[in-house]
Amino acid sequence: MKDFNGKVLFLDRNDINTDEIIPARYLTEITKEALKPFLLEDLKLDGFDVEKDIDDTNVIITRENFGCGSSREHAPWALEVNNINIVIGESYARIFRQNMFNCGMMAVTLEKEIVDKLFSTFSGSATTVSTDFQNGIFSFSGGGKQLEIPFSISSYDKSLVEAGGWVDYADTHYK
Amino acid sequence: MGKTIAQKIFEAHLVDKPSDEINVIKLDAVFCHEITTPIAINDLKKRGKNRVFDSSKIKAVIDHVTPSKDSKTAEQAKIMRDWARENDIKDFFDIGENGVCHALFPEKGFVRPGYTIIMGDSHTCTHGAFGAFAAGVGTTDLEVGILNGVCAFKTPETLKVELTGTAAKGVYAKDIILHVISILGVNGATDNVIEFTGPVIESLSMEERMTLCNMAIEAGGTCGICPPDQVTVDYLWPFISGDFSSKEEALKDYVKWASDKDAVFSKTIAVDITDLTPVTTYGFKPDQVKTATAMSDTKVDQVYIGSCTNGRIEDLREASKVLKGQKVSPSVRGILAPATPDVYRAALKEGIIEIFMDAGFCVTNPTCGACLGMSNGVLAGGEVCASTTNRNFNGRMGKGGVVHLMSPATAAASAITGYITDPRKYI
Repeated sequence: MKDFNGKVLFLDRNDINTDEIIPARYLTEITKEALKPFLLEDLKLDGFDVEKDIDDTNVIITRENFGCGSSREHAPWALEVNNINIVIGESYARIFRQNMFNCGMMAVTLEKEIVDKLFSTFSGSATTVSTDFQNGIFSFSGGGKQLEIPFSISSYDKSLVEAGGWVDYADTHYK
Repeated sequence: MGKTIAQKIFEAHLVDKPSDEINVIKLDAVFCHEITTPIAINDLKKRGKNRVFDSSKIKAVIDHVTPSKDSKTAEQAKIMRDWARENDIKDFFDIGENGVCHALFPEKGFVRPGYTIIMGDSHTCTHGAFGAFAAGVGTTDLEVGILNGVCAFKTPETLKVELTGTAAKGVYAKDIILHVISILGVNGATDNVIEFTGPVIESLSMEERMTLCNMAIEAGGTCGICPPDQVTVDYLWPFISGDFSSKEEALKDYVKWASDKDAVFSKTIAVDITDLTPVTTYGFKPDQVKTATAMSDTKVDQVYIGSCTNGRIEDLREASKVLKGQKVSPSVRGILAPATPDVYRAALKEGIIEIFMDAGFCVTNPTCGACLGMSNGVLAGGEVCASTTNRNFNGRMGKGGVVHLMSPATAAASAITGYITDPRKYI
């Protein structure tokens, strides 16, 4: 199973699309690793510095409809090769969300009020999260503050994360 | 309780329910292109599983960058060619026969009412115009589709858009769908199929229905769907005449893929298009829509007519009516990319290509290229494009470039004046 712990990157905007996560001009790459330098290159967000802000981060916290637009699985891959295996937000585009779990990664949905609270409590401070996958608890820590937030994902999504993806599962079950 | 089209299609294709909310469905077709398929192919080979579930149900094309522009895209194309040959995929379209997938595959008769289709491309929703369930997926879902002919989806809810009224002069399917997206918002239909119904739909050609369904994803929709009718049968007749004794028989069979009167929808919105005028987008999201007139101060550097949204013959006809006898503004680069070789041929035969060229347009081969800033019309930073494509995301057609989405007629009018222009005075 992948690692869902680490330093948080706050992206305070709705509708961050997959062209912003990884622009189409890099879709000519045929390995995931080659996408590494280009993550979030076209993101339009005040105060976000693509040169500095991605370094050493492992968890994205964001708002509504993250990953809208193109179906490119290059978006989860670009996150993955930058050691970001989990996104926490208010909602996701369908294809992006499915792609994340298909890769054994997580796109976790929390209520807007909770996401608001995470932004107001931790945004601007160096924040880390540790994820208790089995019990569904995030423990946030930053700026001298701590917060435990419960989360849930469906049993099917859980099985994809545990299996590390959908290909082997499907080829065993649906030959 | 009645069922929606999508529910009926899911029931007819159900293979397994690994949990209450998840349906594994059997696929009638898996479409493939050279941007998202090669990584799936390489992974299958690495796993020792270089096989396909049914070579007759895989349709493949090189369309995003063709002819290849550099070594990387040449490699992607080669992976597709080798794989198609190794797996005996007969319906593989390469140079000379290739075109934009969502225009080419319907033209070849690969889509039927009631079908289930996936592709590693978000605009796969286009094919719902035939009363099919067609959804964009990522490379992992595509890989499983290629290998096992199945895909997993949540049970779809359906959002119904009832279109009434009559389109005014200069208002096209593109204006209607941009207007609908502006009402729904970019996530207004997430996890929903958008079913387009009402008298307006009945009056639309298959090409126009494809333009509508193509942009369902821009409201977050899994698929756009139009109920099959006589128009669907007439379009498909060359491909299905061996399957049915008459068009009446075909219609009788296809109308089973209609939502029941007591079907339950997650939401129904009614849109009267009578007062709609030509529109365009502003900003970087496809739900940011204004009238073309309100945007008339916007200077454009490039006009692009083409793509899976608006590169079909009807689109070229409407744009050519505007361009006939006109010249492209000296400050504008006009680019036409007919979506398929057959569209190109028809446009040649009808004198449309000549009109475009006389006006000063460059005509490229069929390709997706410019729409996503990959080739054949990439913008420089700060440049503005009036485009018939489907996404105005930041940098979509080139880093730092700005895209305004509109109908082919509005794009053509904008090419003439050099500013975003309401096309009505030219038609």
